[in-house]
Amino acid sequence: MEDVKLKYTGKIREVEIGVGDKKIKVGGQDCLNFHTFEGVIPNPPVISFEVWDSIPEDWPESCLVPYKDVINNPVEWAKKCVNEYSAKCLTIFLNSTDPNGLNRSVEEIRPVVEKLVEEIDIPMIFWGTGNVQKDIDVLKMVCEVASGKNVGVGPVVDKNYKQIGASAIAYKQVVVASTPIDINLAKQLNILLLELGVPENKIIMDPTIGALGYGIEYTYSVMERDRLAGLLQGDDKLAFPLYCYLSKEVWKIKEVSIPENIDFKLGKEKERGIMFEALTGILLLLAGADIVVIRHPETVKLIEKLIMDMK
Amino acid sequence: MALKPLDIFKYLPKTNCKECGYPTCLAFAMQIAIGKADLSQCPYVSEEAKQQLASESAPPIKTITVGNKEKINLGGETVLYRHEKTFYNPPGIGVLITEDMEDAEIENEIKNIVEFKYERVGVVMKGEFIGIQDKGKGRFIELVNKCYQTGKNLILISDNVQNLQQSLDLCKDVKPIIFPNDTKDEILKLVKEFSLPVVVKGENLDELAQKVDKIKNYGIEEIILYPENKNIKEIFKNIVLIRRAAILRRIKNFGFPVLTIPAFLTDNYLEEGIYAGIFIAKYGSIILLSKIRGEILFPLLIERLNIFTDPQRPMTTPEGIYEIGKVNENSPVFVTTNFSLTYFIVSSEIENSKIPAYLLIQDTEGLSVLTAWAADKFNAETIANLVKKTKIGEKVKKKVLIIPGVVAQIYGELEEELPDWKIILGPREASHIPTFLKSVEL
Repeated sequence: MEDVKLKYTGKIREVEIGVGDKKIKVGGQDCLNFHTFEGVIPNPPVISFEVWDSIPEDWPESCLVPYKDVINNPVEWAKKCVNEYSAKCLTIFLNSTDPNGLNRSVEEIRPVVEKLVEEIDIPMIFWGTGNVQKDIDVLKMVCEVASGKNVGVGPVVDKNYKQIGASAIAYKQVVVASTPIDINLAKQLNILLLELGVPENKIIMDPTIGALGYGIEYTYSVMERDRLAGLLQGDDKLAFPLYCYLSKEVWKIKEVSIPENIDFKLGKEKERGIMFEALTGILLLLAGADIVVIRHPETVKLIEKLIMDMK
Repeated sequence: MALKPLDIFKYLPKTNCKECGYPTCLAFAMQIAIGKADLSQCPYVSEEAKQQLASESAPPIKTITVGNKEKINLGGETVLYRHEKTFYNPPGIGVLITEDMEDAEIENEIKNIVEFKYERVGVVMKGEFIGIQDKGKGRFIELVNKCYQTGKNLILISDNVQNLQQSLDLCKDVKPIIFPNDTKDEILKLVKEFSLPVVVKGENLDELAQKVDKIKNYGIEEIILYPENKNIKEIFKNIVLIRRAAILRRIKNFGFPVLTIPAFLTDNYLEEGIYAGIFIAKYGSIILLSKIRGEILFPLLIERLNIFTDPQRPMTTPEGIYEIGKVNENSPVFVTTNFSLTYFIVSSEIENSKIPAYLLIQDTEGLSVLTAWAADKFNAETIANLVKKTKIGEKVKKKVLIIPGVVAQIYGELEEELPDWKIILGPREASHIPTFLKSVEL
């Protein structure tokens, strides 16, 4: 059966996040995810935990329960992920800076970022609100404060890549380049970042995702195409690790929060939510994800076990 | 596999007799190639040519149809990745009943597989299979009969020729799949006599290929492959290689639907769900679970619907008025296009806002808002027509119409078209709807 194994010509770039003995490497594989029978995957996919800098308003109860005691303290929250759930990577959501929400200023959140950088020794990715202007100020501050820590910053988009990119270059941070479910836009932004001078081992792609039932098939196919282009067609402008912020999309969909007593056919609410998150995660991993952001600790366990089993 | 017109043309008489209804043989061949004409329209084509053409145009993975009331096609796939064309036949999902299960448990699982149906975008989603495993406890026939009454498709897992024979007397009309542990002669005889599909298992691909040869020699044509293993990594490898061998190399012995049984892989039903999720995306044709629970089945059926959506044809939502939450005469009205994803996202964001609203969906042939607007299928005129046609104005007193932020250009014209409505420009992104609804003066 040797002749039905694929002959890959490309390789996904390896990107490091964090420093010291807890840093992680993502990418580096020369085959599709889980296809170890025909290639080498030096770094299995990584799960990143969610930590918010403000109290989440729209999380279902089952996701709040594990974090109730730390929900208003991002530093303690981060520590809990590390100490209790053995997190290997965190995504810090700076949602309090949202101009449509609490609208905290850069100076207001700076101390929290400083404290996180000082006290947390595992790799972190700092995530803005998607507000093009505000994210420039917020993420530039993060780049500066986290100097020497090799953190990730995103979402970096075509409208603010110059400003955030420049800061990331200056402070040697990793850029997470975000584009709306489109292979050409993704490639274009990578090219712009490379031209700007972002080193090629400092770029991660965020293809933007739709959850199970809410457009996952589009993301799935775009990511499969990204990967096949990078691995089989030698398109090295797409051969960067893929980052998927899926928890946000999964836990806001209505079918996840319908109580069992409203429709018994939907089954147990908590497990249903975990299943939606896990299946979304599995599909994105099959399609090529290198980092998946997961919210529920039980989903993490399930996906972690699968990643180990497939190693 | 799609054939090219010239591949078909070579089998035609080339007399241009026009009896097929087309001016020339070549024109006829071109129509066949795009699926608009059928070879049988030519009275002169030889039986041999028909067979030849049928085998050349057959998909590299055989399509096997089972069932009676709930007929289902298995296999028939032509590509490795859905973006290359589409995946055609969604895997059948089912439950595995074993003879050593408690009665109450069996009753419960049978009840669940029958009762758990869900509707989404006009599609009814449900599980289609029951597998029944003979464990020598003497009640196999009784169980087969019970499951047969449900009308579901059956997989009979047994090595007992007598049991199989008796089961078939009961249920042969649903065309059950026979799954023997060992492909012994008496069973193959039975399979052939009743023209049933048979499952062939093997721990590796060589073993599978050899067994398929043996069974084909019996004259059995409908085969289902079961790459048996306890280890998900091994199964994944084999299932990928089977699909590649069939599609890329057209190796006939691997050109069959594949059976997967997550029920055998773990005792944790959530993990089982994850394995099932892998097999939906990666090449399972039947997936048997140890239990049917809504929290697992529902997400799996959604995954199946998503992965087997034709990427060339977006899913659509019917045009009309949708009520989100407990609406009343003071509720605002949103309008958007009928691309399913657009509908899902907008409706769920309105729901998230906890402010009830009407959602007006316009048929834009499945185009999203910006694309439909660019194609002139979603503009002031079409929206005004829809408002009038649906008589949404009779349901509300305040007449507030919220249009997507990305089509700000049509705002002025729409005000002119609908003078008795207050038009409000909504947010550009659906995710901003909750914030928007809280801040806007309706």
